[in-house]
Amino acid sequence: MKREIPLIISMASGIFVLVGFFVPHPAIRAIYDDIQQWVIIVVAFTYVLGMANLMRINVEQIQRRSKDWVYKLALVVSLLATMAVGFSEGTHYLDDGTKFSWIYNTFYSAMSATMFSLLAFFIASAAFRAFRVRTVEALLLALAAFILMLGRVPIGSVIHPYLPVAADWLMEIPQNAAKRGILMGAALGVMATGFRVILGIERTYGSEGGGG
Amino acid sequence: MSFSLSALRHLDRRWIFLAIGLLVVVPLLTGFHIAPVLPGARARGFYDVIQKLPAGSTVLLAGDYDPGTIAENYPMHLAVARQLMARNIKIIGVELYPGGPPLADRVLHIAGEEYKKRESYDYVNLGYKSGNEVVMSQMGSSIPRTFPADRRGIPVGRIPVMKGIENFGQIALLVSISAGFPGTKEWVQQIVSRYHVPMVAGVTAVSAPEYYPYLQAGQLQGLLGGMAGAAEYEVLVKAPGLATRGMDAQSLAHIFIALMIILGNLAALPQRTPGAKK
Amino acid sequence: MSRLRLDNRALRAYRPLRTARRNTPKGAPSSVKSAGWIVLLSLGVIASHASGFPLQATDTRNDGGGSVTLGWTPPPRPPAQWIVYRAEPGQAFAPIDTIGGELAGYTDEQSGNHAVRNGVPYRYRLVPLPVDATLLSDVSPAATPRVSWFDTGKLNVFIVITLFLGLVLYYIRQSERGKVWSFRPIAGLIAIEEAIGRSTEMGKGVLYVPGVQDIDDIQTIASMIILGKVARMTAKYETPLLVPANSPAVYTVADEVVKGAYSDVGRADAYRADNVRYITSEQFAYVAAVNGMMLRERPAANLFLGAFFAESLLLAETGHETGAIQIAGTANVHQLPFFVVACDYTLIGEEYYAASAYLSKDAKLLGSLKASDTVKIALVVTIVVASILLTLGQPGLAEFFATQ
Repeated sequence: MKREIPLIISMASGIFVLVGFFVPHPAIRAIYDDIQQWVIIVVAFTYVLGMANLMRINVEQIQRRSKDWVYKLALVVSLLATMAVGFSEGTHYLDDGTKFSWIYNTFYSAMSATMFSLLAFFIASAAFRAFRVRTVEALLLALAAFILMLGRVPIGSVIHPYLPVAADWLMEIPQNAAKRGILMGAALGVMATGFRVILGIERTYGSEGGGG
Repeated sequence: MSFSLSALRHLDRRWIFLAIGLLVVVPLLTGFHIAPVLPGARARGFYDVIQKLPAGSTVLLAGDYDPGTIAENYPMHLAVARQLMARNIKIIGVELYPGGPPLADRVLHIAGEEYKKRESYDYVNLGYKSGNEVVMSQMGSSIPRTFPADRRGIPVGRIPVMKGIENFGQIALLVSISAGFPGTKEWVQQIVSRYHVPMVAGVTAVSAPEYYPYLQAGQLQGLLGGMAGAAEYEVLVKAPGLATRGMDAQSLAHIFIALMIILGNLAALPQRTPGAKK
Repeated sequence: MSRLRLDNRALRAYRPLRTARRNTPKGAPSSVKSAGWIVLLSLGVIASHASGFPLQATDTRNDGGGSVTLGWTPPPRPPAQWIVYRAEPGQAFAPIDTIGGELAGYTDEQSGNHAVRNGVPYRYRLVPLPVDATLLSDVSPAATPRVSWFDTGKLNVFIVITLFLGLVLYYIRQSERGKVWSFRPIAGLIAIEEAIGRSTEMGKGVLYVPGVQDIDDIQTIASMIILGKVARMTAKYETPLLVPANSPAVYTVADEVVKGAYSDVGRADAYRADNVRYITSEQFAYVAAVNGMMLRERPAANLFLGAFFAESLLLAETGHETGAIQIAGTANVHQLPFFVVACDYTLIGEEYYAASAYLSKDAKLLGSLKASDTVKIALVVTIVVASILLTLGQPGLAEFFATQ
């Protein structure tokens, strides 16, 4: 039964949600809406498990003085301090002037934007290192890349007035066509995976039988 | 030539990082200007949709992004708020990213002060709610039930701008400023396809191509892509800001990356053995 | 014409409960509403179908009931607004809403005290505002709202899903009877086992990044399936497997998957709980942590399989710098270029979803893959045929597949 019960639950839920997509009857919709709420509640509870795991791993490594334990200590202290500040400020913790908003603006906002900005550096180094024109297709790709990169910035219209037009055409026609093909294939893959899980052919719950 | 190619082959990537850093930072700090920003058709479409809204109507402004994409999404979010307030259109703000509410607050307060608009009377920020598409779906049934209070904790029944707003039937336009998931695609799937609310979107440059099919199909009436789209829109709204200033840096960066592709291919040319020519 | 005096309190009871979909000013002045009543009563039109323009009323299709749809052809000179009147059997007409004069349709979905009730035949009439006796609509035929049991607007989706499911079951049955199909080799999937072998030889670990979406995303579910297969391989070869999770729910499932895989191959003793860990749900903080793991632990193989967004290049470039062999797979089309540039192998779109079938070589899974390919061929043929028909002026097939 240990294997059958999860299968029955996933099969029943999957079939019900599928039926709910096609049936607008209020009774079905009401249960469908309830199931969505249950998902939110279950996911919320998993945050408790996640926090426990995070603390356990890092505290153990601090206690053992393992490699780079100082960074783990910084993580734990920052986590607990931020939580304490947030709880102490109640529901208005993100209002202007609060300590939490200071943490948000000084640390969180700045560091998130910094990590995202690393992309600019990595794109430049990846362009130098990896973009090799060895075939005709790669040459076409490189030409398209040049047109797009220059056409999408103000200097493109200075270089040639048709560069932005060409860039738009590339995005709207060939790029769109190729992307739609990939999306259709991916959508079929999504359907196939979904059916495999619903029908119990594919089992992700650590038990043998799904192959492999 | 062979010495240069050899040097290129062994180029430490930190030189590339230094170059790109200087090319981006120097124009931003010095105000070095290369070329004017010319609004394109998509930015104009976005702008025109809002221009055609009747004064006094209500717009849902979804700021679904966080500080990670502040460079791209924040300027377009602010420019939209400015255009809406300039046209005396009421704004209801929501965010589906937990890091989103302070940014939305900042946008609405800045624009509100510029156009003498009052919070609760001309605009309101309902704040963040977890649940992604479930929240959107619930808003389709009832916005006040989904957000019983705004971000300050004031019940929506006591907020004048929320009076008469029950669901998307009372919303003239949905504006989605989105960094990814949940965002524009989910709004189209959950709301536009069910309730046929007009919608425009401002998204990051990387994800903009994903929404061209929606634009072509008419599910989106306007689309801004990345900082370039934000800059074009700022020009149309006549409030050049962060995005417009960033375009010069972006122009130089793009030229540099194109150059890197060329140099990288030159560096990959086959090496010639010394003396082999004889 | 007699003049009725109407109590304002009675009028307020009939104040419009809801504006129409397009923004129009709400409500009508009570004096004008009084005039509307006067016109209706004095002309005695409530119970008669006086001449006006026709008004259609039908049950709103494909809904959960409680809704009636009105339609009409606007007169040549429409008024500024219409007042929508509704009557139940045995009751007088009463105003329920005020809508813009330019509209040609209205959906009555009133709730609360004036809710539209299923099974009750309602009749409607439009009264112009300002009142103009020549612009009154006819009384509509009775329309009874009912609950729909099937959304016919999704018939096209239903047909494709049924066809797909039928083919899946058919090909599974074929595979159970011993039918074997050949599928093109996918380099990235062949390379997974090679990458794990390489890691074992070098005495280093394998890093498995399951994407940045939560467990409800199908890409994450597919990633968990592949993780089970990869965990079996690493358990057999005794290669450390690191799995940093972006969400607590993903961590919980990944932990169970890896633990189950290790015990399935009889290596439960080799399972290390610390190797599967929850990092953070914040996107860029997660990337920073995973980059740190790559630079410190120096895994010999990095598997990026799941939903990725802006962090894809950050992960792939950092992994490249450590010299690891990298295999990526995602259905997020906008991140594929970054993975293609920075990784050794990339699984594109449906190749990623096919991974579990390829890795397991299970007959049933391969059967579902065959069904997927067959439906794709059918869709391509349909697109070509519909495009030709559309060009020839026959939009029927294309319109049937239009999204509702």
